Amino acid sequence: MNTGKNKNAGNVVLVIICLIICAICLIPMLNLLARSVSSTDALVKHEVYLIPKGFNLDAYTLVLKDAKYIRAFFWTVFLTIAETLICLFMTTICAYPLIFKELKGRRLINIIIIITMFFNAGTIPNYLLMKSLKLLDQPLVLLLPGALSVYNMIIMRSFFYGIPDSLRESAQIDGASHFTILRSIYVPLSKPVFATLALFYAVGRWNGYSDALMYISNSKLYPLQLLLYNILNNINSVEVATQEGFSAPGLTESLKMAIVMFSTIPILCIYPWLQKYFIHGVMVGAVKE
Amino acid sequence: MSSDKAVSRKAVKKASAGKMGFGAYMRRYWQLYLLLGIPMLYLLIFKYIPMLYIQIAFKKYSIVQKLWEMPLAANHGFQYFIQAFSDRDFRNALRNTVVLNLLDLIIGFPIPIIFAIILNELPFVKFKKFTQTVAYMPHFLSWVIIYGLALQLFAPSTGLINNIITNLGGEAVPFLNESHHWVWTYIFLGVWQSFGWNSIVYLAAIAGINRELYEAASVDGAGRFAKIWHITLPGIKPTIVILLIMAIGNILGSNFDRPYALQNNLVMDWANVLSTYVYRRGIKGLQFSLTTAVGFFQSVVGVFFLLGANWLSRKLGERGIW
Repeated sequence: MNTGKNKNAGNVVLVIICLIICAICLIPMLNLLARSVSSTDALVKHEVYLIPKGFNLDAYTLVLKDAKYIRAFFWTVFLTIAETLICLFMTTICAYPLIFKELKGRRLINIIIIITMFFNAGTIPNYLLMKSLKLLDQPLVLLLPGALSVYNMIIMRSFFYGIPDSLRESAQIDGASHFTILRSIYVPLSKPVFATLALFYAVGRWNGYSDALMYISNSKLYPLQLLLYNILNNINSVEVATQEGFSAPGLTESLKMAIVMFSTIPILCIYPWLQKYFIHGVMVGAVKE
Repeated sequence: MSSDKAVSRKAVKKASAGKMGFGAYMRRYWQLYLLLGIPMLYLLIFKYIPMLYIQIAFKKYSIVQKLWEMPLAANHGFQYFIQAFSDRDFRNALRNTVVLNLLDLIIGFPIPIIFAIILNELPFVKFKKFTQTVAYMPHFLSWVIIYGLALQLFAPSTGLINNIITNLGGEAVPFLNESHHWVWTYIFLGVWQSFGWNSIVYLAAIAGINRELYEAASVDGAGRFAKIWHITLPGIKPTIVILLIMAIGNILGSNFDRPYALQNNLVMDWANVLSTYVYRRGIKGLQFSLTTAVGFFQSVVGVFFLLGANWLSRKLGERGIW
């Protein structure tokens, strides 16, 4: 009896703790959302907390008219898709051969791969390499350097290990080449790991800005996050606002917030659906080394 | 087609016999080497060739000369290391990197473990799932976006928190523009961004603990805390040790996106870290030799810390990372 009561009281405490945690995670987003759809008047008077005041979507319609922002948005969508495809391809062709225990030189190749996980040449050597490859200020510099993550490759390889060897061996006896086996057995059976890694790579590209900051000076090639950084720090003004002569501080503020919302929403719409996959991915990555 | 089949069948048979000539081996496996060739080429170009550039840390860099033509720097090549350590700005960045990473470790490391244990104790499946989804969300935000969120929360005159404080009659807190406050804001945002995500590993480890242990403990009359202390924590100890080793190996490591997005001119005495120092002095300031030396120092110390932590954990009877 007594322990049962204790347990219930404990559960109540746990639920309250979890609710507080949820609130801490959500309040920043809710606050931003409320401010982005509130009237400039209410913003200037600091009256907006978590519930919008003077609801309007002016900031959002203005952002949609901002050619620079829209271009950066679609440029980043393109970069994200391209990078994800390149990375998945590279990860697959690296992981598949390494599951063959009888492959000669496998140990050496593994060592070559693992070293890059623990030792990085550093920012400047990487920068000088891009410079000597004439990649600075080229769109490819945003795609090539990150084309393979060793960590993700290990996750995929562990997943491949879980596919029974007998499937592959019987296909081999039927004369299937490794390319065929990879394409028609391994890839179709690995949808969960592909979903997970696609999410990891896509989020990385969508959220990354430091490579563009270091390697790109042509502002037309700026990915969204770098443009956003400049807007938040008033290095780039929001074009429409200056063109159309808006100088009210409240409006530029809600414009900034609308832009932050726009840049966040794509990923926030995707990740909950992939949750059951990426949990598995993170797990495998941590357990297998 | 059929002769192909015959050949490969023969090859398979040979393989199972355990001996195979070089020709037969290559006939069977050349495709794998072809596949591996592309990632290996990638690693060679983008990971190993940069290591050659590390030598400019020991040389006088010049744009017009080839890498191997540059003359050795003074003091047997260690001029730039000496210069770095006599630079106040560098020493400041080094201190800040260590202090911020240590605070991250002390505060940020236990929280995901506690959160995972709380989630595990939660009996309501749907609510648990909801909490998880919400807690993973910050991990998917970029540091620029988090900076935008932080501005709206913590800005001195317009931020949510300060609006509440001033409306209640208090004095605004300079969360973002005074160094000591900034440090705690930085740590808080780091924990906020990663605690949910980092808890996944521990949840997985907890899921791997044998359920019968809990049942047996219940029969013996163990309460919730006793079970956490005697079953859950020992069960996830190997995971904790591995992640701790990795975290210690990263004590001098410095991620760029987070400090660069969050720092501003008013707090540079505590916000200046090695990664942003290298960016400003190197890529902006073109002091390539000096900043390569700094980066090399960072990598080498990182490897030593990793090896040291690994050695220590084995000494203490735990499984290392290899």
